[in-house]
Amino acid sequence: MAFAAALLFAPLPAHADDATTPTFKVLDSIEARVQGCATCHGQRGQGTRDDYFPRLAGKPAGYLYNQLVAFRDGTRKYAPMNYLVAYLPDAYLREIAEYFAKERPPYPPPRTPTLSSAMLDNGARLVTQGDASKQIPACIACHGAALTGMEPGIPALVGLRSNYLAAQLTRWRSKERHAAAPDCMQRVASRLTDSDIANVSAWLAARPAPVDPSPASRNSMRTPLACGSQP
Amino acid sequence: MSTTQRRGILGLLFAALVGYAGASAAQSTTEIIKKGEYLARAGDCVACHTKPGGKEFVGGRAMATPFGNLYVPNITPDDQTGIGKWSAEDFYKTMHQGRSKDGTLLYPAMPFAAYTKVTRADSDAIYAYLMSTPPLRQANRPHELRFPYNKRQLLTGWRALYFTEGEYQLNPRKDAEWNRGAYLVQGLGHCSMCHTAINALGGSSESKAFQGGMIPNQNWYAPSLTSNREAGLGDWKIEDIVDLLQRGASHRGTVYGPMAEVVYNSLQYMSDADARAMAVYLKALTSDETTPEGPNLAQLVQPRVLEMGRRLYTAQCAMCHGPDGKGAPPAYPPLANNQSIEMESPVNSIRMVLNGGYSPGTRKNPRPHGMPPFAHLLSDEEVAAVTTYIRVSWNNRGLPVTPRQANEIRSATLE
Repeated sequence: MAFAAALLFAPLPAHADDATTPTFKVLDSIEARVQGCATCHGQRGQGTRDDYFPRLAGKPAGYLYNQLVAFRDGTRKYAPMNYLVAYLPDAYLREIAEYFAKERPPYPPPRTPTLSSAMLDNGARLVTQGDASKQIPACIACHGAALTGMEPGIPALVGLRSNYLAAQLTRWRSKERHAAAPDCMQRVASRLTDSDIANVSAWLAARPAPVDPSPASRNSMRTPLACGSQP
Repeated sequence: MSTTQRRGILGLLFAALVGYAGASAAQSTTEIIKKGEYLARAGDCVACHTKPGGKEFVGGRAMATPFGNLYVPNITPDDQTGIGKWSAEDFYKTMHQGRSKDGTLLYPAMPFAAYTKVTRADSDAIYAYLMSTPPLRQANRPHELRFPYNKRQLLTGWRALYFTEGEYQLNPRKDAEWNRGAYLVQGLGHCSMCHTAINALGGSSESKAFQGGMIPNQNWYAPSLTSNREAGLGDWKIEDIVDLLQRGASHRGTVYGPMAEVVYNSLQYMSDADARAMAVYLKALTSDETTPEGPNLAQLVQPRVLEMGRRLYTAQCAMCHGPDGKGAPPAYPPLANNQSIEMESPVNSIRMVLNGGYSPGTRKNPRPHGMPPFAHLLSDEEVAAVTTYIRVSWNNRGLPVTPRQANEIRSATLE
């Protein structure tokens, strides 16, 4: 009896996070088909409690598609993703990308940064103004003043966690992550110091949800560098 | 040789091929190339001779083996770095004898022990197809095998033990469909490369053909095709086997991992008739006619573990696989009465829980459903509990899994 009671009151595993539990309404739907993404990215691409896995919802379809193809073909390396999409054809990857691009689930609450205000000021300055002396363009010059990205190939930066952002910037800088030439993001990242990366990432992760999560329309901004993924 | 010259010579060669084929003198060059393309897919040449996302047949892909890395050669018709200067005879010699144009013995990563069964006409068609692909210049990278495996003389011994040269011989006691299936499965399909256990010498013995084994360096278990307790298809409907091969998903089970690769690059392209012939042969391959009724082992599992497994299953798995484990096939495979869940090796089940998986997107199933990874959400103990739960529930007769087994698979590299 005592044993049964213990079972009954055993706490749910610490990982219980509703966003990670696969769920769908109609079996023959794209919603059901993308539940293979749910445990890391959330059922609707909203992200999960895990800092490292990015939110997908609302990012431009072209960007998401490029990432899926890169994971499939091994040009972007992350073994669990490389494995999952290894045998999926282009048309299906496009459909998955378009599904997440259209989703508008709520954003997680912004993180309260732990960095000093001087560091956050540096982050804010780099994101909004860049640093002309180091030829670092402002993030918002391409990713938009609302940080929601630009169609078709530039991702939103809002709604991402600092761990993920810092890891990606570091990978761009070391050329572990790369994109179609000319690789503008690689050029930008190569001009950032470790503390720049930490500051920018922390400041970005503290941004509140945008009023309109949609990316800026194509060519609504003139990018300061030529970018192969933004034809 | 210039491309124009090659085309001229190719034209002559095709004339010769047609002459060789005799009865099929009406077969045009285009038809032979098309047939060759089909057969090259049946042989899944592209899987090894192409890097993911790379140009077809240019090679360069590293194949990890227990003996070191092999680098797959360029088989495009480039004169310097490919097989541009090879004749149809040279190509047949490679397929049939496992010898390169210059006589070098090939490492058995090239499945010549299976390809030896391919007919000369089919080999010639594959040759014609490869010669019709764009020549690409990319020098072959030398293999990086450890001593003593880097000594090709050793291959003489390996061949004496494990290689029997010879084209497929029709079995007169079986019908044409069975024979066609046997020809494809044993020959171009080279199914035995994974579904027969490989020993310490990288060889597999004929007496153990299709009895299953771990795939070296991939940490997947290739189940036995002869035992209904594993992937034996004795009690499957032919239609379900055809679906598994062509679509990658069926009402009985779904392919993931290395078999997903085979379906994606090769089997989805098989004609309905050939897929059916393979199914007929595979179904007949099983030796134990009925699935033996073993004891249900649920009572041997600690109640605490079973309860943990049940709670996890209800929370995370039941949405797709159903409270009764019946799944929603072919979208979500059944777990109840699923041989791949019940078979002795729990490796594939543990892998699926940890890493999830999408079955391949195929011509008949271009938008497959998929399963998410749980490696980051579940501890080794929880992975073991939920895997144990599905292996002993609903009259399944699998063995319990330990956290240690879950940990071993977790630590293994994901390719």
